[in-house]
Amino acid sequence: MSTIPGLDRPAPVPNDLTKPFWDACNERRLVLQNCTACERLHYPPTQRCDNCSSADNLEWKEVQGKGHIDVYMVIRDSRIRGFRSAQPINFAVITLDEDPGINFLSNLPGTPPGEVPVGAPVELIFESTSNGQLVHEWQVAT
Amino acid sequence: MVSNTSWMRNREGMGIWEHRGKVAVVGWGQSHMDRRWDGATLDRSCGGLTKEACLKAIADAGLSLGDIDGLITSPETRAEQTWAPRPYFDPPYDTEDGLTYTSSEWIQRELGLKNVKYLKSDAPYIGPMMGLAAQAVGDGLCETALVWYPMVNLEGRYGHNNPQNINEEAPGNSAFSLPWGYQSGAMFNNLVVFLQYCQRYGKSHDGLADLCLNLRRNGLLTPWGYYAMHEPYQLTREDYLTGRVVEEPLVIYDCDRPVNTCAAFIFTTAERAKDLRQKPVYVLNHAQQGGRGRSTMATLDEHQEAVASMARKMWEGSGLGPQDVDIFNPYDGYLTFTQQFLEGFQWHGVKWGEAHDFYADDIRVEGPHPFLSSGGNSGTGRNRAVLFADSIQQLRGTAGARQVTVRADTALAGCNTPDSNGFIMFSQHPS
Repeated sequence: MSTIPGLDRPAPVPNDLTKPFWDACNERRLVLQNCTACERLHYPPTQRCDNCSSADNLEWKEVQGKGHIDVYMVIRDSRIRGFRSAQPINFAVITLDEDPGINFLSNLPGTPPGEVPVGAPVELIFESTSNGQLVHEWQVAT
Repeated sequence: MVSNTSWMRNREGMGIWEHRGKVAVVGWGQSHMDRRWDGATLDRSCGGLTKEACLKAIADAGLSLGDIDGLITSPETRAEQTWAPRPYFDPPYDTEDGLTYTSSEWIQRELGLKNVKYLKSDAPYIGPMMGLAAQAVGDGLCETALVWYPMVNLEGRYGHNNPQNINEEAPGNSAFSLPWGYQSGAMFNNLVVFLQYCQRYGKSHDGLADLCLNLRRNGLLTPWGYYAMHEPYQLTREDYLTGRVVEEPLVIYDCDRPVNTCAAFIFTTAERAKDLRQKPVYVLNHAQQGGRGRSTMATLDEHQEAVASMARKMWEGSGLGPQDVDIFNPYDGYLTFTQQFLEGFQWHGVKWGEAHDFYADDIRVEGPHPFLSSGGNSGTGRNRAVLFADSIQQLRGTAGARQVTVRADTALAGCNTPDSNGFIMFSQHPS
């Protein structure tokens, strides 16, 4: 389960497109699709490259898991059931160092709500969800 | 031809709109507006309110029921709580059609419309739908189209019973956002973009206060609006700055309040419009914007480019430029994204990063910069149609206490968000 008290994240359900991504998460690895025709990363997974439209050149590539905090807000009145017991809770946008055009969401486990160091480096961790599926998370680098 | 998305003007390089000035809006009707439907009063159900709005629009135009040969509506009524245990009633209120949405077939039947040759019940939300209606009339699919847009609000906390929000699992693409608390809809991504905006231009959330207060003021000058009818008092700056925090820094006054209502419009040919009751409001162009950002969250750069592209399409198709637009009613639900429209269209010369300073200037309807003279959703409740209704009224000269004192020859209105919207350009003159 999450290390954030009260948080019960909806569990990802893999499909044909996303299964390699979620399988890698369960191995504590972060992999993204990379278009080998134009060398462009994609996240979330897609059926075709949004740059060159190629559907045949998307290959999974492991990335380092280093990023920075772009912006954040604090969720105080969520519509999502699994978050209501965890409020207030951070909601941050993380840019990937290898390609800042790629961004991820994070609740920044370990960072008190509202005390987010915008611009700080973060590193990849993984957290469990209710069905055992691991999800990628980020925490402020120590 | 209107089919799929081929009717859209969603690319740059399409040139002047082929029906520029040959289509006009000649009627508008607004139903009663409540906070919610009580689940029992049938003339305040979606169907009941739609009938009221449609009959008012037809009467406003000076038309008869037999003149209507096109029916266009959107199923996007925002009735997220259709799950609720609720009785059905005697016909015609014996299905969801008529209670939480109103199809073209339902209104055709209920109004006894005998001459309809074009029906569309799956139009997009009101921004693009207004363009679709103009295109349908221009293309000759119908001569006189009745177009309506209900927004429905039932009992219960908004969105809390949306199936996605109570599901323990996150299927499909939601697996990449829902587990971190991302809520679908316009709130989250646009708040992220707003935060990026503040970061880039050195602005803060407090900079929205002047816009909020003026929209409420304009809304109180709109007799049928939610606040004028049900909560007729002005907000103070203190109210805004200390408003209940929803998702910090977003406060409750940044959010448009869901209401239960319907608006209807009549589009017809410029030729037919000549001898009708109202002064025609001609359509000079319509344009649409769609697409998503590259990654999980769309960014400020992506939103700014999307609006800039929309502006280029609008200028290209209408033959007008920023300096030609007198009335400007872009979407305001939520307040956090409205500055993208103001800056992207460069209305009154506002450039990137200057919107908050503009809000702090004189944007009253009687002043030199009557931005969002409609009051928007923020001032009248979440109906969206007010953006178009006010634009039409301003050009007719019938906006009452909201009538601007500057020139009102042209009006630009549209919604929804910076990266997904439809705009329409109105004019008092066909060319």
